[in-house]
Amino acid sequence: MRVQRIWTDERARGVILQLLLILALLLVLAFIVSNTVANLQRAGLASGYGFLGSTASFDINQRLIQYDSTSTYGRAFVVGGLNTILVACLGILAATIIGFVAGVMRLSRNFFISRIVGAYVEFTRNVPLLIQIIFWWVVILALPKVRDGISFGDTLFLNNRGVRLPAPIIEDGAGIILVALALGIAITWQIARRARKRQDETGQIFPVVRTGFALIIGLPLVTYFLAGSPIDFDIPVAGKFNLKGGFNITPELVALWVALSTYTGAFIAEVVRAGILSVGKGQTEASGALGLRPGLTMRKIILPQALRVIIPPLTSQYLNLTKNSSLAVAIGYQDIVSIGDTIMNQSGQALEVISIYMLFYLTISVLTSLFMNWYNARIALVER
Amino acid sequence: MAIRKFLSTAALAGTVAFAGLPAQAATLDDVKAAGELKCGINTGLPGFAETDDSGNWRGFDVAYCRALAAAVLGDPDKVKYVSLTGKNRFPALQSGEVDILSRNTTWTFSRDVDLGFTFIGVSYYDGQGFIGRKALGVDSATGLDGASICIQTGTTTELNLADFFRVNGISYEPVPIETNSEARAAYEAERCDVYTTDASGLAATRTTFDDPDMHMVFPEIISKEPLGPLVRQGDDQWADIARWTLNALIIAEELGITKMNAKSMAGGSDNPEVNRLLGSEGELGAMLGLDGMWAVRAIEAEGNYAEIFDRYLGTSTKLGLARGLNALYKDGGILYAPPFR
Repeated sequence: MRVQRIWTDERARGVILQLLLILALLLVLAFIVSNTVANLQRAGLASGYGFLGSTASFDINQRLIQYDSTSTYGRAFVVGGLNTILVACLGILAATIIGFVAGVMRLSRNFFISRIVGAYVEFTRNVPLLIQIIFWWVVILALPKVRDGISFGDTLFLNNRGVRLPAPIIEDGAGIILVALALGIAITWQIARRARKRQDETGQIFPVVRTGFALIIGLPLVTYFLAGSPIDFDIPVAGKFNLKGGFNITPELVALWVALSTYTGAFIAEVVRAGILSVGKGQTEASGALGLRPGLTMRKIILPQALRVIIPPLTSQYLNLTKNSSLAVAIGYQDIVSIGDTIMNQSGQALEVISIYMLFYLTISVLTSLFMNWYNARIALVER
Repeated sequence: MAIRKFLSTAALAGTVAFAGLPAQAATLDDVKAAGELKCGINTGLPGFAETDDSGNWRGFDVAYCRALAAAVLGDPDKVKYVSLTGKNRFPALQSGEVDILSRNTTWTFSRDVDLGFTFIGVSYYDGQGFIGRKALGVDSATGLDGASICIQTGTTTELNLADFFRVNGISYEPVPIETNSEARAAYEAERCDVYTTDASGLAATRTTFDDPDMHMVFPEIISKEPLGPLVRQGDDQWADIARWTLNALIIAEELGITKMNAKSMAGGSDNPEVNRLLGSEGELGAMLGLDGMWAVRAIEAEGNYAEIFDRYLGTSTKLGLARGLNALYKDGGILYAPPFR
C-alpha cells in the first residue's frame, strides 16, 4: 500500500492519529514522572509505602476497631476509613428518607406544605456545605455544658460533648440472640414472598409489615429473656470531667451527619420531584379510576415508575455525599482525610497519603455505583 | 507493585510535577530577584504573629522575618507574609512557596532529617503545658484522667500528649482542631476541659479569654519544644544567612548593641567582635554573600533579641512571659550564640 493511500484511507488515518495521541500522552506522563522523581530526590524525601508500618503515636477519639497510640499508621488509616464509611452510610440513609419525604411533600396540593418544603430545598441547596457543617457544630456546642446536661431517665445523656448511650456488654450466650434476629429476618422475608404470591393469586392481603416488625424485634427480645439476659448494659455515670462509661456519639459526628443529610436530602428531593413529574398524569387518573386511594397510588403506581428516572441521579448524590464527608476536617471529625492529614504532617509522605485518599474514595465510589447500577437494572422497565 | 507505582505516579502528577523545581541552590538569588522575602508565619498567635490595627503583621516570629529581610534586601518591610496552619506549613516550605518558616516550629529529629529541612537554630525554648478552668479543681496534669482535651492537629503536641497519658496510664478524649483560634473557641464552649499547646502559646491564648483569671496554666511542662526558624535542606548558603542573622540578634544583646546604637557602633569600637559583627573589621558579610552592613540592618529592624522579646512577649506585655530559659547564658538562661570570628 502506498503512503498516500494510507493517508486517504479514513480508517487507517484514524488509527494513526490515535496512536500519535497515545504516544504524546505517554511522553507527557513520562515527563511528569521523571520530573517528580527528580524533585523528590533533590528534596531528599523518601518515597514508598513503608511508613504505613511505623508507630502512629497519636490518639483518635472515635474508633470502630481497636486502636491506640502504639498502633501503626496503617491501622490509623483503617480507623479513619471506617469513620468515613460510618458517616457516609448514616448520611445516605437519612438523606434518602429526607429526600423522598421532601420530594413528595413538595408536590403536595397543600400550599403551606409545598412552600415550606420549597423554602427548605432552596435554602439548603444554595448555602455552601462547609458553612452548614460549621453551623450545626456551633449549634451543638451551644447545647448545655457537660455538668448541666440533659438526662433522659439517667440512661441517655445529651450535652455539648455529644450523646452518651448505654453500651451493651456482651456476655456468654449472647450469640443466640443474633441467631434469633437472623431467624426473624429470614422468616419475615419468606412471609413477604408468600404474601406477594398469595396476593397475586387470590387478591388477599397479608399484613407483612406488622408481622415482620413483631418477628424481627420480638424474637430476639424473647430469646434475650429466655437466655437469662446475657447482655448487660454499661450505663454512663457522672465522672470528674465527663460522663464515664457507656457509648459516646461525638458532636462532630452528629454535626457532620445532620449537615450532610439535610444538604444532600434537598438535592434528592429535587431528583424525586423530577422523577414523580416524569410519570404521566394518566397513570394517576387510571389508578384513581380503579379505586386506589392517593397514598396507595403514590406507593404502588407512581414511585415504582418514577424510580427509573430517580436512580441514576440519586447515585450521583450518594457519591457526592460520600466525597463531601471529607469536609469533616473543618470541625475535627476524624475521618480518613483528617487522620491522613495528621499522618502526612508527622511522616512527611504527602504523595503517598494523597494516593491513599484517592484510592479509598475511588473504591467506595465504584462500589456504590456498581450496587446502584445493579439496583437500577433490577427495577428497569422490562421491555418486550 | 505495578498498581502502587501507577497510583503514586498519579498522585505525584497532581501535586509536585507542575509545581516547578524548587530553587534548591540559590534561594538568596531568588529572594533578591523577587525583591521580597516570603516568610511563613502563624495564622494568628498573640505575641508571635498577629495583625495590628492597621493590618500589619507584628510579633516575635514576624520580627525575625523583618530582620532577615533587612539583612538580605536592605529593607525590613520587604517581606511577604504567608499565614500557615500546623498542617500546611511543611508542604509550603518544601514546595518553595515560602523561603523560610518562622512559625513556632519545634525542632525534632525527624523534621530535620526525614522531612528534608534544616533548622537554623532555636529562637525560643518552650515546653508543652495545659490550661484549664480553675473551677475544675485540678491543679496537676496527672489529675486529668477522663478529661476531654483540645489539641491542634499536625503538631508535636499531639504526639507528646499521647505519650504523656500513656506513660501515666490515664485516659482522655482527644478533640483535634486545626487552628489555634478554633481550638480556643472549642475550649471556651467547654467542648473540652483543657487545652494543650506550647506554654508560650497558652500564655498568648489566655490573654484572649473574656476572663483570663478564671483559667490557670498547670505547672507541668511535659515536653521540650525548642522553637526556631527552618529552611529547605540543600541550600547551605541560605541556611547560613538565616542562622547567623538569628545569632547576630542574640549576640547583639550580649554585646550591648541595640536598635538605637547599632549604626553609631558600626563606626568602630574597641571591641573586635563588635567590629567584626558590624562590618568595620573583617569580611564576615562577604563570606555570607552579603555586604558588610547586613548585621547592622538586621539589628536596626526590630532591635536585638532582648528588645524583640520585651516588646512582644516580655513581662511588660499582655503575655507577660519571663525570660526563663530564653535569657542569655550569662543571665542564667541557655541562649548562647557562637562567636563571630
